[in-house]
Amino acid sequence: MLRRWLILTLVLLAVFAGLVAWLNLRGEAPIAADAAPGPGTPEQIERGEYLARVGNCMTCHTPRGGLPYAGGRGIATPFGTVYAGNLTPDLETGLGRWSADHFWRALHHGRSFDGRLLYPAFPYPDTTRVTREDSDALYHYLRSLPAVKQPNTPHALQFPYNTQAALAVWRALFFRPGSFEPEATQSAEWNRGAYLVRGLGHCAACHGGRNFLGATPQGGLSLAGGLIPMRNWYAPALSAPDQAGVADWPLDDIVALLRTGVSPRGSALGPMADVVYRSLQHLRGGDLRAIASFLKALPQTSSQAPGGKAPDPAVVELGAKRYETHCAGCHGARGEGVKSAAGAWMYPPLAGNRTVTMDPPANLVRVIVHGGFLPATAGNPRPFGMPPFGLALDDEEIAAIASFLRSSWGAAAGAVSAQDVARFRGGAGD
Amino acid sequence: MTRMFAFLLALSAGATVAAPPPDTLAQRVQACTACHGKEGRAAADGYHPRIAGKPSLYLYHQLVNFREGRRRYGPMVYLVDHLSDDYLREIAGHFAGLDLPYPAPAPVTESAVTLQRGKRLALQGDPARKLPACSACHGRALTGAAPAIPGLLGLPRDYLKGQIGAWTNGQRRAHAPDCMADIAKRLTPEDVSAVAAWLASRPVPVPAKASESLPEPLPQECGSVPR
Repeated sequence: MLRRWLILTLVLLAVFAGLVAWLNLRGEAPIAADAAPGPGTPEQIERGEYLARVGNCMTCHTPRGGLPYAGGRGIATPFGTVYAGNLTPDLETGLGRWSADHFWRALHHGRSFDGRLLYPAFPYPDTTRVTREDSDALYHYLRSLPAVKQPNTPHALQFPYNTQAALAVWRALFFRPGSFEPEATQSAEWNRGAYLVRGLGHCAACHGGRNFLGATPQGGLSLAGGLIPMRNWYAPALSAPDQAGVADWPLDDIVALLRTGVSPRGSALGPMADVVYRSLQHLRGGDLRAIASFLKALPQTSSQAPGGKAPDPAVVELGAKRYETHCAGCHGARGEGVKSAAGAWMYPPLAGNRTVTMDPPANLVRVIVHGGFLPATAGNPRPFGMPPFGLALDDEEIAAIASFLRSSWGAAAGAVSAQDVARFRGGAGD
Repeated sequence: MTRMFAFLLALSAGATVAAPPPDTLAQRVQACTACHGKEGRAAADGYHPRIAGKPSLYLYHQLVNFREGRRRYGPMVYLVDHLSDDYLREIAGHFAGLDLPYPAPAPVTESAVTLQRGKRLALQGDPARKLPACSACHGRALTGAAPAIPGLLGLPRDYLKGQIGAWTNGQRRAHAPDCMADIAKRLTPEDVSAVAAWLASRPVPVPAKASESLPEPLPQECGSVPR
């Protein structure tokens, strides 16, 4: 009897392992044993350089002050730290021995040169939709870089996340290799935007939100927003009119935000300021317009229930006092903001500002605590900076200002507590 | 018509509570002065140093060092992370150009023996240990040398100790060859306390500006000093 159960368990385990293995490897074309690096054309290299900008590859694959693309930057995740790899063509420590097929397999299937499964901190659930042609261009650009001999830093992940078996199960559950299928009913511009947003741009890596196992919902097609793990910034929903939806924005304003970090209707803060600075401001041709068209056409669903717990009147009074002392000088007594002589926002209005009212109030708290500059882009080279108030004001006072803003000038979002401030103010910097 | 216009003007003026902030660089860098004190004159907390009047290239190097990981202080890194070289140079130039009076030094609490040891290290160094005097690079008056070597006076004792400590353990670095890291690693904790105490006890001379010429020759190579 016991023996029968044992056999049954073993058989089930074998079937499960087989299923997981099949789910991990299906659709993969075998790579020839003699697949070797090949030369690219100058056009491919130039195209690849541009695509690497679109994908913002360098930001993760270069540590602060380090050599470009030589890897070593740690990406903090709830499961431990994943270190980005060396993408320079060094034979021993980089991609020196990789063929274009190997590179494609990494981008499309999430598997490395030696067949190891890759961690999805590398956004292959998104880059799986990149075309083979673009993958090859990226590959040839990376091969054109100076080789840097710099061994990869081993990941520092907790058990069981540090095992290939756990990663295989994760992939069986959450990853399917995909490809970009143009939608015939949409314009060429929309399709180009969809390809960039859902592929190399990997917008869903932040704006899609992540489940408790770190997977983006709907295979990376959702842009319904989420708290960025560890960093504590909230990537607002691009599909919600009360968060970062742009359905009612003029196309030019969307393009301005992506290109310069500032627009008549909003500006780029925190991690998004970084994306604008390092990636989006360098996009050319109609690519930003294509992205804007796609985002503008995203179906919109309101994300939050109106109201929330109304703040205590004493808290609002304290918030109003602190606002008058610390904030009104720039943002105006009625949160109306200030424009320059040229008509651009020097200080954004807070009345009707979605960063103020959206839930969770992470970004509002973080902006008050840390202040910050908009990105110094070619289109806005000398941005105004907001002072950090995290030293001058305590959590109660910051919560009071936030609660005051969320219940003033027509807003009726819920109160922010000192506990909320304590929760959102910290976060991994790198 | 003119009266109507005057009335509207008065109405709009009455509606304005305060003058709107001016469109100036000083206004743009309020994020800096929130911690570094009004006009960058240093904060009362003794931790955020004065930036007003420090040499321009020195300030620029520090901003870049934060952005590129050679210095580590989260709030600074966050502020400069997506600012361009050009803008950082302009910000550095703005604070370097401010010529503002210094407050009197904080009262001294250290013993005369400690201060004497600090003075000797600062002005003579310790040739036996191949320790150059502070004044060999930072100027005879210790007010720095343009464009890249900062003055050492007018800084709180704890800040000076903190920075030398950061150099010792690699938390603060400069362009290679990193002369200050090399020197800091050869100082004992007693040396650091003594030299920081003596420097912090000195009044800042008037004028406090860094000297325009580099001391020649520098006792060792420094990556942040253009030659």
